[in-house]
Amino acid sequence: MSGKLFEYAPAPESRDIVDIRATYGLFIGGEWVDSTGEDHHKSINPATEEVLAEVAFATAEDVDRAVTAARQAYDKVWGPMPGRERAKYLFRIARLIQERSRELAVLESIDNGKPIRESRDVDVPLVAAHFFYYAGWADKLEHAGFGPAPRPLGVAGQVIPWNFPLLMLAWKIAPALACGNTVVLKPAETTPLTALLFAEICRQADLPPGVVNIITGAGGTGRALVEHQGVDKVAFTGSTDVGRQIARSVAGTGKKLTLELGGKAANVVFDDAPLDQAVEGIVNGIFFNQGHVCCAGSRLLVQESIAEELLDRLKTRMATLRVGDPLDKNTDIGAINSAAQLDKIRELSQAGEDEGATRWSPPCELPERGFWFAPTVFTGVAASHRIAREEIFGPVLSVLTFRTPAEAIEKANNTPYGLSAGVWTEKGSRILWMAERLRAGVVWANTFNKFDPASPFGGYKESGFGREGGRHGLGAYLK
Amino acid sequence: MTAEPIALDRQGVDDIVSSAASLRRFLHGLPGVDQVGAQERAARLATRSIKKSAKAEAIDLAISMVDLTTLEGADTPGKVRAMCAKAAHPDPSDPSVPRVAVVCVYSDLVAEAVRALRGTGVGVASVATAFPAGRAPLDAKLADTRRAVEDGATEIDMVIDRGAFLAGDHRKVFDEIVATKQACGDAHLKVILETGELVTYDNVRRASWLAMLAGADFIKTSTGKVAPAATLPVTLVMLEAVRDFRAQTGRQVGVKPAGGIRTTKDAIKYLVLVNETAGPDWLTPEWFRLGASSVLNDLLMQRRKLTTGVYGGPDYQTLD
Amino acid sequence: MSTERVNVRKTYKLFIGGAFPRSESGRSYVVTDAKGKFVANASRASRKDVRDAVVAARKAFGGWSSRTAYNRGQILYRVAEMLEGRKAQFVDELRSAGMGRAPAAAEVDAAIDRWVWYAGWTDKIGAVAGAANPVSGPYFNFSTPEPTGVVGVLAPASPLLGLVSVIAPVIATGNTCVTVTESPLPSITLAEVLATSDLPGGVVNLLTGQAAELAPWLASHMDVNALDLAGAPAELATSLEQAAAENLKRVLRPAADTDWTADPGTGRLTAFLETKTVWHPVGV
Repeated sequence: MSGKLFEYAPAPESRDIVDIRATYGLFIGGEWVDSTGEDHHKSINPATEEVLAEVAFATAEDVDRAVTAARQAYDKVWGPMPGRERAKYLFRIARLIQERSRELAVLESIDNGKPIRESRDVDVPLVAAHFFYYAGWADKLEHAGFGPAPRPLGVAGQVIPWNFPLLMLAWKIAPALACGNTVVLKPAETTPLTALLFAEICRQADLPPGVVNIITGAGGTGRALVEHQGVDKVAFTGSTDVGRQIARSVAGTGKKLTLELGGKAANVVFDDAPLDQAVEGIVNGIFFNQGHVCCAGSRLLVQESIAEELLDRLKTRMATLRVGDPLDKNTDIGAINSAAQLDKIRELSQAGEDEGATRWSPPCELPERGFWFAPTVFTGVAASHRIAREEIFGPVLSVLTFRTPAEAIEKANNTPYGLSAGVWTEKGSRILWMAERLRAGVVWANTFNKFDPASPFGGYKESGFGREGGRHGLGAYLK
Repeated sequence: MTAEPIALDRQGVDDIVSSAASLRRFLHGLPGVDQVGAQERAARLATRSIKKSAKAEAIDLAISMVDLTTLEGADTPGKVRAMCAKAAHPDPSDPSVPRVAVVCVYSDLVAEAVRALRGTGVGVASVATAFPAGRAPLDAKLADTRRAVEDGATEIDMVIDRGAFLAGDHRKVFDEIVATKQACGDAHLKVILETGELVTYDNVRRASWLAMLAGADFIKTSTGKVAPAATLPVTLVMLEAVRDFRAQTGRQVGVKPAGGIRTTKDAIKYLVLVNETAGPDWLTPEWFRLGASSVLNDLLMQRRKLTTGVYGGPDYQTLD
Repeated sequence: MSTERVNVRKTYKLFIGGAFPRSESGRSYVVTDAKGKFVANASRASRKDVRDAVVAARKAFGGWSSRTAYNRGQILYRVAEMLEGRKAQFVDELRSAGMGRAPAAAEVDAAIDRWVWYAGWTDKIGAVAGAANPVSGPYFNFSTPEPTGVVGVLAPASPLLGLVSVIAPVIATGNTCVTVTESPLPSITLAEVLATSDLPGGVVNLLTGQAAELAPWLASHMDVNALDLAGAPAELATSLEQAAAENLKRVLRPAADTDWTADPGTGRLTAFLETKTVWHPVGV
């Protein structure tokens, strides 16, 4: 044994627990219906490129049907229903998610490429928690600080991204329903399957037809939904570019809008940081979910005096990251969600090299099929480099240094984004000083990438507006 | 760490320990440990799934790392002899089962254990220095140590003076370790930090460094007499300490969690922790031990499950 | 022989960065009273004045937002005090624009009271809009409201109460603003009050001129974080909102028929606040 690496044998989670249909229709008015159009899309497993299912691309007509179903449910059932009764449906959904958690986790990993450890230990538990949390608000809205008799908005059109498919669904649907709205939700085209399974869960919960409608499709479907005149509220999580388009398209309509967009978070490490935990926080900040995280700590700002030591530790730690089969319980980094995303990561990484930054990845064997990218760190990055400014949305970390706290703040805030930031120091007063000055909606001090249904999440500046989670999250769905 | 800005050579160590103030400055200058972060890291590593061939390998490795221990007031020569037999041949029906690393007994039973283990390759460790409280005059502690070594102990598990450590008298703790190390002669010295009494991970890291600077061959979590005994996060912090210490001084120090390790699952979690923290260099009985007794039977039971494919029961393992 | 004393007239200029410059464009426009009589040649701000005002507002933001809430409250209350002392002047200016004596006096009183209302809010909104969040884990997690940044304000036609009602809540929480108003009277007189109330220069910038000309520059300015469309020309509101989308400005679209005398509530305070949530582990 001496000196020999203790290899872990493959420990795959069984995928027998999920039952994927060959084709999926749209979930409208509590029923599975066929799209009026012919367009279909193959949802593939990004780890193997295997086709998982064919899903419909909903047409404008389909969108109209879904919005109409949502409107009817709002007018006749869900709007008039007392909060305490709505609450019980949400509690039911939360329980069903817990009961089917393994199935949801496996399906999420297959469709998205994220490691089962994360879908099992992070995504799905947070999904259930989110429904539990907002279930409890449904009959307490008059105590939430939005006036004595807050009212729902009506029909919410919700468009979510592919990085946390089911979790983003929960962030959207749970508060909307708790406040008495009905929803039409469009999951991302590459990751529709858990949302479609969620539709089944709504049926098991006996949720009244039309309260939740799930329509699949790509950008065109999303646009039709956002621009539909019967929609009172638009909620979107995704790229800043699309967010901008949506903001433009709802201008003048009076629709209430919340946007949770991109980020380029600074993770600031001071020389008195708890170093081993900081290294974990950096790793968790950028390699969690393959870096497909809007709040990823993609810019490491390290105090110059410890930069070398910290980078050595970081590289040592990165060498232990296990990249591969998302269903293997020991995998730390799974597959990149799509070929298109992989291209984007490659392109920006190439730009990093071309602009003169130094690229490093640990030795790392990547599977032949599927979409993969080794965990990567760039040193010698200048603030002007593209990799220091643009959201890469992949496992790529850019390292910059600073000398004083003021310089750290200046560099951290020097971005049009403002979603999140990290601070690592053992000095409490410095944490608060930094937290006060960082222009970001979430500041993680001596930790990173933590989420909780009770904790408001959302950005400053071009990272969007509105908050999801906590009491604040109700504000997006009430008038 | 291969590229520390200033490696710590002999002169550097001498400078650190040259005065109580400089020793304190050094220990308090070590990077802090965030409790929540350390616990999360340990918990995450505990979710590693070790299956099939890896599990078989891990079980045998764990057996070979066991310091089979009895430290009771009621211990007798007979009890010790029985344990020694088990240490040499954990599963008499299966000679492919490796022997354990050492047996660990009180100092008055060392001679008995040495006799019983002659020729087996299993070492004898003795607790010493007024185990478990460590509350005795230094000369008594050293006499205890010398006697155990004379009787044939190959390893000495000493306890540090936690009172002195918590009172900030690092120098006293340091001096006692140095003196005990001297009294050990060729025997290996394991320094028990009794992390359950040190309470914070910051203290665990400082005590680890203090022991290593003083010459410890191993740092060990606990006596097993104080709760909590070994935990994954405490062991994580100690593994980080030995990793950093080797990077700075070039000297490798072993780690031994002790107490509370009861199941194969527990044991494997520790091996994963070693593998992914200090690294595979520590994955040998020379550099990592599990201080335990009941874990051995569970390891044997799981081993048999892997070879036969059916679940066993306690009646099929010898008690000791 | 006695001659009647000739009045010293006031020059109505812009209010940028605490100073009263003329428009860089050199343009002015005639302001008349309700009877059509000449009152003043007011400065007519240009897009470059918008630009300069945004720079001034950005420069002032750091200092103003990091003042203690108590201190901001003191200053807002000081504004009320100053306004109270110059009540007669404001009543006169409102009357010259055609308002009756009693309504003008009531409007000035209401404007003063509005400053007092918002002065009191500065150190309370954090308690109302913030929270300690009970997350499921060993973390202390708290949310605090923070000012959005530089707010572009299109002031409503109500020249005093309306103006105060849109400026006060913006700056109460630590934002700074660039405000466009079509009525130099009494806006610029209010600026004189602000300039003598310990309010740091640049926190409020007032541009007189044509909203239709200036609003698009304000709405599209990439260093403006939010936009209040209170006084936006109706036909421009949608295009302004579209322009604001370019850098994801927070946009407040109040109902066209806002009653400025009604209880303002907290809506205008929270419209220009960001929620910042901080996590920290709890351990020893």
